[in-house]
Order: sequence, then structure tokens, then C-alpha cells
Amino acid sequence: MNNLAMVALTTMWRKECLRFIRIWIQTLLPPAITMSLYFVIFGNLIGSRIGNMGGFSYMEFIVPGLIMMAVITNAYANVSSSFYSAKYQRNIEEVLVAPVSNWIIIAGYVGGGVARGMLVGIIVTIVSLFFVDIHIHNVLIILITLLLTAILFSTAGLINGILANSFDDVSIVPTFILTPLTYLGGVFYSLSLLPEFWQWVSKINPIIYMVSGFRYGFLGVSDISFYLSLSILVGFNAVLLAWAYSLINRGVGIRS
Amino acid sequence: MNALSIKGLTKTYQGGTQALRGIDLEVKQGDFFALLGPNGAGKSTTIGIVSSLVNKTHGDVNIFEYSLATQPVEAKSCIGLVPQEFNFNQFEPLIQIMLNQAGYYGVPKKVAKPRAEKYLKQLDLWDKRDTPARQLSGGMKRRLMIARALMHEPRMLILDEPTAGVDIEIRRSMWSFLQEINQQGVTIILTTHYLEEAEMLCRNIAIIDKGVIVRNTSMKALLATLNIETFVLDLSRNVSAISLDGFESRLIDEHTLEVDVPKEAGLNSVFEQLTKKEIQVLSMRNKSNRLEELFVRMVESGRASTSDNTTTDKVTGDTHE
Repeated sequence: MNNLAMVALTTMWRKECLRFIRIWIQTLLPPAITMSLYFVIFGNLIGSRIGNMGGFSYMEFIVPGLIMMAVITNAYANVSSSFYSAKYQRNIEEVLVAPVSNWIIIAGYVGGGVARGMLVGIIVTIVSLFFVDIHIHNVLIILITLLLTAILFSTAGLINGILANSFDDVSIVPTFILTPLTYLGGVFYSLSLLPEFWQWVSKINPIIYMVSGFRYGFLGVSDISFYLSLSILVGFNAVLLAWAYSLINRGVGIRS
Repeated sequence: MNALSIKGLTKTYQGGTQALRGIDLEVKQGDFFALLGPNGAGKSTTIGIVSSLVNKTHGDVNIFEYSLATQPVEAKSCIGLVPQEFNFNQFEPLIQIMLNQAGYYGVPKKVAKPRAEKYLKQLDLWDKRDTPARQLSGGMKRRLMIARALMHEPRMLILDEPTAGVDIEIRRSMWSFLQEINQQGVTIILTTHYLEEAEMLCRNIAIIDKGVIVRNTSMKALLATLNIETFVLDLSRNVSAISLDGFESRLIDEHTLEVDVPKEAGLNSVFEQLTKKEIQVLSMRNKSNRLEELFVRMVESGRASTSDNTTTDKVTGDTHE
């Protein structure tokens, strides 16, 4: 990467990070509060009556899923709202006029989403330590899964921002697609609890692979092979990045 | 060397609107160039394509001999754009907007910081550097757009209606600033609705209408083609009817007379005739800006030709110098 591209990428990334830090009450505080409630209600109050799941206490079982849920929603929301706002305020034109390549535009926005996703992941992990002792099986698996998931949902958020024509379009996907997929993605239960047919249906949901892979990094047990999870993550990332590039290259939603 | 060279540029928007119908345009390095035209003529589309905000349909754009299609990084680095509408992040402070702009062009922070200070001071915005852009007045926002466009020190500055909605004092200070940077060698391309602005600042001019260039010449040559000037005279007493030999005139009200004065006739005869009629002239002014009058005539004649089923190419050919 040449110097111009490096400076441009750093500028975009810093700008994206400053944006979510500037509005931390909207971006960093809510996941900490929401996750605390999940830990109190599902972990302590209900979880104590559920008993063990997959050989671990219910609280231990749901912690990886809840961290992943926070990462997914925040990475997605950061990029979709930031990109759509830039479109709405027209300041996306600043980078379109400048000698910034399409890959740098993607990397800048996705990098911002990954930064927020990871930071929220760290915050939620710290919050969870107040409720449970976290068991770590393999740090590398945790980090790889977290990073690839954050990239994947940041890219998905970018595509949403590119295609959105109104602020409603930015909130429709998280409300009607992302949240149901996350709740049905094995955050709160093990797939093995489901009847065979619903296990098969669940496996169409890509989030199941991410939560599973992430949980494997913490607990060392998983419903699905880690390598399958990793392959799915890499595959989805490749497809979505190519799609985002194609949209920006054709100027969809940003060039007339 | 040409700062800008456009060949056969066409643009058809989705839905079939043909905004540009094959434009050829050259702007010399160091020029102060006006691109004029009525609303919807194709000015903003042309500027949009040159600045990569609009996808062209056909044609070539070269900026300082760099092809925008095949050498976009080099070509884009030469351009600074001041768009018609505010397009900065309204929530960011000015200094951040300036530093981000520099970063997009690969200008490192240690160079960008003093440069931001220089341009914000020159445009009288330094005191507002930490203020979010949304809190600025309209005139300040316009100046911010100019300061921002200069952050990478472009060789060519394109300004789309830069003084729209700006009061006359600020407008004049912006004019002198633009003249100053043009004297330093920056090529300037300007679109404006204030024709006085174009007449005062620009050396060369292209007039675009319905997606074709109907005139492309020097400002001097264009103004020389204007044969008649209209003057408005404030008269000392009430007049109900009046005629002046050799001049067309109209009474606007009992005290105000409009006279069309051919270039070769001069004003002396008008005053002589009025004096004979014992009418004193208390004051006098030009009815309108000379360029404005020419512009209206040119666009109207272009439209008349089009409605006479003259082909687009013919219109261009008839009027192109």
C-alpha cells in the first residue's frame, strides 16, 4: 500500500472511531447496560433454574453468545448508520472526489465497525466478569472468530448503508432480520436441545456458526466443528466484501 | 497545457434524461474560467463528472493530461471541489473537517495542521476551528468549503455557485481571495448565477444550454458583441409621454425612463434631446449587467433555433467560435 493510501485509510478509520467515541452514550454505554440485564435475568434469575448446558453452568454457556451478539449488532449498526449519514449529509462526496480507492473506502468504514465491535466486545466481557468466571479454552480461536465476525457484520452494515434510501431502511434489517437470526443463533440454547428438523433449519442461519465457533474458543465444546464455522465465516466475508466492492464500484446509491 | 480537456462528453441519466449531448471543452492552465447556463443546462452534471461524483455515459475527461478514467489518482489529486450544496459533516468541528480532507489526499498530519491554520485564517474562520460546522452561518459555511478544497493545494479549483446566498461584503472578499489564488497559478473554473461575478472575475467563458455548449470564447470577445446598452434615467419632473429621435425608449413610470443606447450613438444626444424638452436627469444607471443581457439573448436564440427543428449539432456549430 502506498503512502497516499495509507494516510487516507488511517484518516478514514480515525474519523470513524472518533464518531462513535464522540457519541459514546449512544454507542458504548447501551450494550454494557443491556448485557448486564441479560446476565442478571437470564444468567442469575432464570439460569439458576435451568441447570447445566453442555456441561457448563447456564451463565457460562451464554456468556460467549452474549458477547458475540453485542459485537454483531454494534459492528453492523456502526457502519450502516455512519455510511447512510455520510450519504444523507453528502459528506461521502469528500472521499468520492478524493483519490481514495474503493477498497480504502470499504476498509475505512469496515475498520470503524470492527473497532466499535471489538471495543464493545471488551466492555461486555468486562461486565460479564462481575457475574461469572470466564473459562478460556483457546484465545486465538476467540480472537479470529471475533475479528472475522466483526468484519462480516461491518461489511453487511456497509451494504445496508449503500442500499438504504431512508433512515427506516437502516433500521429495518437489524429489527426484522439481524435480531431474529441472532436470537435463533444458539446464543441462549444448545442446538442439541432442538428436534432434528429444527436443528437442520437452524444450520441455514449463519450466526449459529459464529456463536458456535466463539463458544468453542471459550468452553472447548461446540455444536458444530470449528473448522466448519471458520470456513463459513471466511466464505461469507469473501462474498459480502465482493458485493460491497461491486456496489461502490458501480456507484450504487452514491454516484448518479 | 490544458488544465481540463473534455471530449465528446455525454450523460444520460436513468430514466432517459439526456443531460449532456456531447460536450467538448478546454480550459487552459492558469485560466479563470466561467461555465454558465440556466438551471438544468448541464453545468452541475459536467462538474459532477469531472469531479467523479457522476458517472459519464461516453466521452473523455483529462485533467492536466491525466486521464480521469485510467489515471484517477493523479487526475483527482489535481482537483479541489467547492460544490453547490454543503457537503461536510455538520457535527464535526472545522479543524477536523480540514484535517480529514487533507488525509483523504494523503497529506500527512504534520503538513496538514499548519496548512489548515493558514487557510482557516485566510478565510477568517480560525476562531471557529473547534466549533461544529452546523453552528456556522451560511457565509461561513461557504468559506469553509473553499478552505477545505484547498487543503491538498490543488492545481485546479472548481467552484459550483460558490457565493450563492452570501451577502455582498463576504462575496467581495471571496472574489478577491479567488483572484489572489488564481494569480498564484491555480486554475479556477466557476459556475455562478451572479453574472456580474463571472464578468468581473473570469477571462474565458463557456455557455451551456440543454446539454450543449452554445458559446465558448473570451469574456472580452463576448462582451464586445453586445451592441446595445439599456440605461435607466430618473427624471426631474413628471412626464406622461416622450420620444427620443434615434433611440428606443420606454416610460416605466412618470419619473423613470428606460433608453436603449446603441454603442456607436453615445449618450450625448439623449441628454441634448431631454434638455431641449426641459427635462433634467437626476441620476442614471445601467438597467442590467451586460453579461446578463447577452446570456439571456444567447440562451433564447439557442432555444428558438431548437424549436425551429435545428439539430443540436447545428446549434453548437452556429454559435461556437
